[in-house]
This record gives sequence, structure tokens and C-alpha cells, in this order.
Amino acid sequence: MSELITLLGQSANDIVYAAWFYFLAAIVLAAACGVVFKRNLVHSALLLAVSFAGVAGLYILLEADFLAAVQLLVYSGAVAVIIVIGVMLTQREAGAMPVSSPSNRLRLPAALVALFLTGLAVWTVLATPWQAAAGPAPESAPAIAQSLLTDFVVAFEAAAILLLVAMIGAIILARGKEANKTA
Amino acid sequence: MNASLVNSFANIIHAATAIGLYHFLILGALLFGLGLYGLLTKRNAIAVLMCIELMLNAVNINLIAFSRFVAPAGLAGQVFAVFIITVAAAEIAVGLALVFAIVRDRLTSSLDDLDWLKW
Repeated sequence: MSELITLLGQSANDIVYAAWFYFLAAIVLAAACGVVFKRNLVHSALLLAVSFAGVAGLYILLEADFLAAVQLLVYSGAVAVIIVIGVMLTQREAGAMPVSSPSNRLRLPAALVALFLTGLAVWTVLATPWQAAAGPAPESAPAIAQSLLTDFVVAFEAAAILLLVAMIGAIILARGKEANKTA
Repeated sequence: MNASLVNSFANIIHAATAIGLYHFLILGALLFGLGLYGLLTKRNAIAVLMCIELMLNAVNINLIAFSRFVAPAGLAGQVFAVFIITVAAAEIAVGLALVFAIVRDRLTSSLDDLDWLKW
């Protein structure tokens, strides 16, 4: 085993990192397949939360610890829960849940388009000579805070307004016509 | 012969275990393709919203991989990912509110029934 490792010219750390990467990638892709191919909407929603958690693990591998925490809180927490609530409020017929998420007639053309675009993206990734910049990455949370309030402060304020508008819009849309009339 | 075979085998293993930018970008591409397929084939509006979230996650993986391997100095990729997460949260809230409004008025969340703009 140790001869093999020296032959590969890699430390045991690299191999552990690779094992974690493939483990998390397999979880993310398998859960995403479940989201796309399951016909039960509740299963899709729960597998979506699993996929989000796997992506958070990948962020940790990429040394983005702040974003990993945000991913767990916002996606696995808020978005997954709001989607489950959405499923609960929109499925009315009893017993229809196992077939609540059917696919339409476009399966073959959609598969062709998705395969073509994925192949194109993979080919582009492999054909591009990326300029790898080796350098110590700064600690993520202070650096993100610093750039949010200096270089990206306009976008930061725009995002704040966007969230406010989305919140008000969601409330007004979800209340419905009659409730808005009486208010 | 034997030595070159061992060498090429070692090269393959090396490419598979030295996780770099390529691995994350290809994972992002695969996730994006899966989300796109679901986006085009799902009938239920909420399932379509879920597939959009998958695609946004794929983009975030790409951005953070770039931030780690290509431009680690300013963490601009991670800041972009923060904004994408913000927009995704706003999108899912407004999207679900629209679905609620449609379900209340039309008693359906199937996108195939939402064809009133057809003539």
C-alpha cells in the first residue's frame, strides 16, 4: 500500500480528500437523480434537502466554510421546508401523491438537449487551459464581509431591496384577490 | 510493456485522486444537466421550481470552485455565490406564492393546464 502511494506521488491526505469528494459527489448526484426521476413530489422534496446538504459538504472541501453554513441554513433549512409546505398546500386530491409529479411528453427531446448541453459543458471544461493560481485563500467569513461592504456594496443594497420586494410580493400574491380587496 | 502499463495505470489513478478544478466543474455540469432535464420534463410547477434550485446549486459549485482554484485572493466567487443564494431564496418565495395563487383560482398546479395564452 505504501509503495502504491509513493508510486502515485500523493500523500494519504490527498486520497482521503478524493474519497470525500467522490462520496459527496455521489450523494449529490444520486439525490438530484431522485429529485428529477421520482414521481412522488414529497420524495423529490426530501431528496432535494439531501442534495443541498451534500453540496454544503462540497463547499467545506472547497474551504468555503461560511457558505457551507449558509447553504445548510438557507437551502437545507428554509428552501426545503418552504417547498415541503408548498407541496402540502397544493396537493388536494387524496391518494394522488404517489403520482403527483409526472413527466410530460417531452422526455426524449429534453434528454437530448440536456445531454448535448452537459456534453458541451464537460468538453469546454476539459478543453480550457485553466490558469491555476496557487495562493493562500483568506479566511472566508471576514473576507466576504469586507468585500460585501466595500466593492459590492451597491449590489448588497440591491439584494436587500430585492428581498424586501420579494417578501411583500409573495405575501400579496399568496393572499389572493379577495383578501387584497378587503384589506 | 509491463512498466508502461503500470505507468499509465498510475497516471489514471493520479488524475482520479488529485481532485482539482476539473472535478468540481464536471460535477457542476452534470448537476446542471440533471436540473435542466427535470426543468423541461416535469409537469408539476413545484417540481420545476425544485429543478431550478438544483441548477442554481450547480452554478454555485462552479463559482466556489473558481474562487478556490483560480482566483483565491479576493473571494469574489464566494461573494457571487452569496448573491445567487439571495436571488434563489427570493425566487422560490415568489414562485411558490404564484403557484398558490394559481392553485386557488384554477385548482391545478400542472403546467400543462396553464395554457390560456395559447390561441
